[in-house]
Amino acid sequence: MKRLLTGTALALMTTSGAAFAGGHGVSACLITKTDTNPFFVKMREGAEAAAEANNITLRSYAGKVDGDHETQVAAIETCIADGASGILLTASDTSSIVGAVTQAREAGLLVIALDTPLEPIDAADATFATDNFLAGELIGQWAAATLGDDAANAKIGMLDLAVSQPSVGVLRDQGFLQGFGIDLGDPNKWGDEDDPRIVGNDITAGNEEGGRRAMENLLAVDPMINVVYTINEPAAAGAYEALKSIGRENDVLIVSVDGGCPGVQNVADGVIGATSQQYPLLMASKGIEAIASFAADGTLPANTPGKDFFDTGVALVTDRPADGVDSISVAEGMDLCWG
Amino acid sequence: MPADQDNFEAVVQAKRTEAVAEFDTRKKGPLDKLQHALHVNPALVPLFVLVASIIAFGLLLGSKFFSPFALTLILQQVQIVGIVAAAQSVVILTAGIDLSVGAIMVLSSVVMGQFTFRYGLPVEIAIVCGLLTGMICGYINGWLIAVMKLPPFIVTLGMWQIVLATNFLYSANETIRAQEIEANAPLLQVFATKFSVGGAIFTVGVIFMVVLMLVLAYILKHTAWGRHVYAVGDDPEAAQLSGVNVKRTLISVYVLSGLICAFAGWALIGRIGSVSPTSGQLANIESITAVVIGGISLFGGRGSILGALFGALIVGVFTLGLRLAGADAQWTFLLIGVLIIGAVAVDQWIRKVSA
Repeated sequence: MKRLLTGTALALMTTSGAAFAGGHGVSACLITKTDTNPFFVKMREGAEAAAEANNITLRSYAGKVDGDHETQVAAIETCIADGASGILLTASDTSSIVGAVTQAREAGLLVIALDTPLEPIDAADATFATDNFLAGELIGQWAAATLGDDAANAKIGMLDLAVSQPSVGVLRDQGFLQGFGIDLGDPNKWGDEDDPRIVGNDITAGNEEGGRRAMENLLAVDPMINVVYTINEPAAAGAYEALKSIGRENDVLIVSVDGGCPGVQNVADGVIGATSQQYPLLMASKGIEAIASFAADGTLPANTPGKDFFDTGVALVTDRPADGVDSISVAEGMDLCWG
Repeated sequence: MPADQDNFEAVVQAKRTEAVAEFDTRKKGPLDKLQHALHVNPALVPLFVLVASIIAFGLLLGSKFFSPFALTLILQQVQIVGIVAAAQSVVILTAGIDLSVGAIMVLSSVVMGQFTFRYGLPVEIAIVCGLLTGMICGYINGWLIAVMKLPPFIVTLGMWQIVLATNFLYSANETIRAQEIEANAPLLQVFATKFSVGGAIFTVGVIFMVVLMLVLAYILKHTAWGRHVYAVGDDPEAAQLSGVNVKRTLISVYVLSGLICAFAGWALIGRIGSVSPTSGQLANIESITAVVIGGISLFGGRGSILGALFGALIVGVFTLGLRLAGADAQWTFLLIGVLIIGAVAVDQWIRKVSA
């Protein structure tokens, strides 16, 4: 045991020695929610490639699980102590992390929120993210256009993320309804709409198991649901299983958001009608480039005109394009997918 | 006193008229009879709650709830928690707890999927490997608890993290899609096979859950091993002195728990179609909830495994019933919380009766 401890201490000393040795150039940190989700794996790939191209030393940190706030705070403190020029952060707890982020900015670091905006959004120097409302709007417009005149009598099931209504879930849900042509009520929360076409909302936790259960619950309310909005593609896959078990998988339109490779493959197989694809790799590589120019001459990244963040883009992936809705094919989506 | 010598029993007979000590038989009111009946049949309370809640929701919602579709849907929705609750029950009967059940379930399903698709093994062998994975995890739990004498809560808390991390590291959080499984390894989805009995739809997974519960109930009640499990849970030292091999019994219980969890992982693939490393995160809490509502004592040695089945079904009835009634999902959690505390309060009350 003692030998093991000594060994660990030696290993630590040599690695930190190497870290100090590499510290003369520009360095940056990437802090993600976890390092297991393919979305963040792709993000790290993008950051690593851009860091190498810009001659930046990159250190990556991640929480143990989604929601692991303490590890992220410790990572920010490490980056400050390390003398990094900037931090790319996907925060697990968007409001509690603000204190640590402020500390980093006061120490002269550029902090860019990736994918998940902080609360308030201007707590970070910049936010590079998907426009989740637009992502929802695209699939809403596509569903309405695909149904044509039947959209007026649609029966819609809404498969959301969680009862706590995190912003990403609200934006996608409300975007979908707006795109479909449904009055939103309060756009800051889902579930308050009174349009009779909505059969109900249920929650999925964003996975297959929750997607199936939520779909079954809504089918028990009304078995003739014919349009299903899903928060992400795993939830959509679960909803499809529920529909298949009662033999209705071919007459229901499922739409989703994410653009992961299994999800795009499910669009190809007809499980999902259309999905809005987001680009984690681009978020990270643009983020590293922003840190590079900030380190060179202090330039701050600019927001997309008309938005309070830098929009990394979203594209509708479907093999059944609808009139008036821009989309890319499944083949193009496969080239750009993550995970 | 010759007369007295001949008639020596007279003294005793005379003394007999005054009570020396006797069991107090006064309190035999209906409440005490109920308390005694519940003590002998601990699954009666959850069975009563289950029937009452089905009737209540039936009256409230009518045919929407009282349809073969809705009622069999409840069975399908509780099958995974029900199977895991069977594993949890056996462990809790030994006064232990298993927080790693959900993680073992997911890892086993990931092994079944990845061994088939990543290494190209025949699906039957991959399934056996998945079942073995569950048993190995269970064995580690059992060994640490029985031989190293570590508390079950701590051991399984640690194993929960270890198994879950292994699951994410090994799978890289990649999902194997339902369509691929259907095309290349349909045996993985065998638990989803449907058959219809008079308009009601049952799946193999549901039948498996019910049969598993019945078989375990029989084994626990009518075999030596089953009685040993109860004895170890009630008082391990007394069990040891009566010749029960406590260590071996404990290890076998955790291995069995791991094996059942691995079967739950197989059933999970049938249920969600795909192999998904992010599933089952709450299975440990949900299974403990079912076990507690089912009237199995967390202090070990008492309760019927059928109670866990009723407990899981009660949660399913409330979840679907409240959703159909249009209530916010939070109300389900609130009511389940009330049920948990109520169940433990009843358990404490039953405990007061003498055996």
